[in-house]
Amino acid sequence: MALLEVKDLQVYYGVIQALKGINFEVNEGEIVTLIGANGAGKTTTMQSIIGLIPSRGGSVIFDGKDITKTPCHKIVHLGMAQVPEGRRVFQELTVYENLLMGGFSQKDKSAIKQDIESIYERFPRLAERSSQIAGTLSGGEQQMLAMGRAMMSHPKLLLLDEPSMGLSPILVDQVFEIIKDFRKDGTTVLLVEQNAGKSLAISDRAYVLELGEIVLSGTGAELAASDEVKKAYLGG
Amino acid sequence: MKFIETLLNGLSMGSTYAMIALGYTMVYGIAKMLNFAHGDIIMVGGYMIFLSMTAVGNPVLGLAAAVIFCVVLGITIEKIAYKPLRGASPLAVLITAIGVSYLLQSSAQMIFGSAPKMVIIADLGNLEFAGLKVPVYTLVTLGCSVVIMLALNLFVKYTKIGRAMIAVSEDKGAAQLMGINVNGIITVTFAIGSALAAFAGFFMLMKSPSLTNTLGAMPGIKAFTAAVIGGIGSIPGAMVGGILIGVVEAISLTVPAIAAYTDAIEFLILIVILLVRPTGILGKKRREKV
Ligand SMILES: Nc1ncnc2c1ncn2[C@@H]1O[C@H](COP(=O)(O)OP(=O)(O)O)[C@@H](O)[C@H]1O
Ligand SMILES: [Mg+2]
Repeated sequence: MALLEVKDLQVYYGVIQALKGINFEVNEGEIVTLIGANGAGKTTTMQSIIGLIPSRGGSVIFDGKDITKTPCHKIVHLGMAQVPEGRRVFQELTVYENLLMGGFSQKDKSAIKQDIESIYERFPRLAERSSQIAGTLSGGEQQMLAMGRAMMSHPKLLLLDEPSMGLSPILVDQVFEIIKDFRKDGTTVLLVEQNAGKSLAISDRAYVLELGEIVLSGTGAELAASDEVKKAYLGG
Repeated sequence: MKFIETLLNGLSMGSTYAMIALGYTMVYGIAKMLNFAHGDIIMVGGYMIFLSMTAVGNPVLGLAAAVIFCVVLGITIEKIAYKPLRGASPLAVLITAIGVSYLLQSSAQMIFGSAPKMVIIADLGNLEFAGLKVPVYTLVTLGCSVVIMLALNLFVKYTKIGRAMIAVSEDKGAAQLMGINVNGIITVTFAIGSALAAFAGFFMLMKSPSLTNTLGAMPGIKAFTAAVIGGIGSIPGAMVGGILIGVVEAISLTVPAIAAYTDAIEFLILIVILLVRPTGILGKKRREKV
């Protein structure tokens, strides 16, 4: 059984239909990518799955439970986390406090402290800046913080919305390394990217979203080799 | 000497304004609404103190009853009147809040009549030292407020719920992604604001025992002014703004030439500060989301 099943999901903004009934699934242990141009509906998909935007039709099944109407904070407690588009770290809180917020759903205080320690080991830059206000971090550091923050809840499924956006090439490579590490640690990943080349390379499977509809699907390698994807998303 | 007495009086009035301003600013920061009925919670608290003073004559019990009743009332108002309007236009919410304000004032008038009630909490007398003559209630007010505000700061900074309040005020969506129940945090915020309003009502009645159904109206507006001066949404800002308004008021009232214009002077300060710093003294400019 899939960890996440999205069935005929429909989302509207007012009268405009942003998702026209999309179907896909993510199996345990996979990295699955949704690629698509700006405005295709990728962020809408991610936010609707985790309950930030209400859907008007279809269903979302997570870990065997129907979470279509479940409020976001409860879905997080069920084991889903998201690094949202634009990172959205808490600008007025310190790096340390942001990580604490990430552990909001955890009960054991000493375990939270240990989790922060292990995130600091993985991201030494964050350790150096532990008491710095997050709003003063660079874009790359904020991205690391947003990823660390999402890991604080030990999610079974991690949704990453354009984690490489606006980062320098070196940092982009680093982000993709981290995503591979997540999978190694047993976290299932649903990734949204415009950087199709790099994301298809690390994906088990992928879907192509166009104007609110899934138009192609396959393994990462299949899509990377497909003419349509090459033409539209890989620059020739 | 006279000046120090005036200053102490101003600090005590200011800390009362600060307590009320905190309710406005926290609700604004977290629920993004102007709770116009906040001042009237003070009045309701006042009547609770009146009732319990009449029944048992113990001011501390009276204060406790007022705090409990106001907390329940604040939470109930939020659930019934404001929660259904989550996501509605700010104007609809504001008009609802004005309606709640009238509802509270009219209900109090229907229940207690329009003649003022005298609520003599306790005659604490004056403290005389070093040539100063200071009413003890100003010191009680000042002392209690400082303790409460310190506690509030520690709560917001160092508890899980407190940090969740900062997170919600900054980015509701991201806060939900942390697993924070935003509605729960809004409830806590209304509870805290209402409890602080009950304390403010107690301090006001200690200073002047006359209680009517408009007890909270003018202090509410002044405290809102204070919250905006300090930077609406900012907790330290509400404290600074409240103290500033209180001290200005106390000084102005002792100068015969301007005493009559005290309210106007306070609103003038608001206008001047907003012209110089549109976000208020400690208000932060919200980063626009991309
Ligand atoms: N809050 C909103 N209100 C109205 N329309 C929106 C809103 N957010 C997104 N849209 C529209 O929905 C479509 C999908 O947007 P989005 O999911 O952000 O795309 P992507 O993440 O793939 O770039 C776009 O046409 C966009 O303009
Ligand atoms: Mg997007």
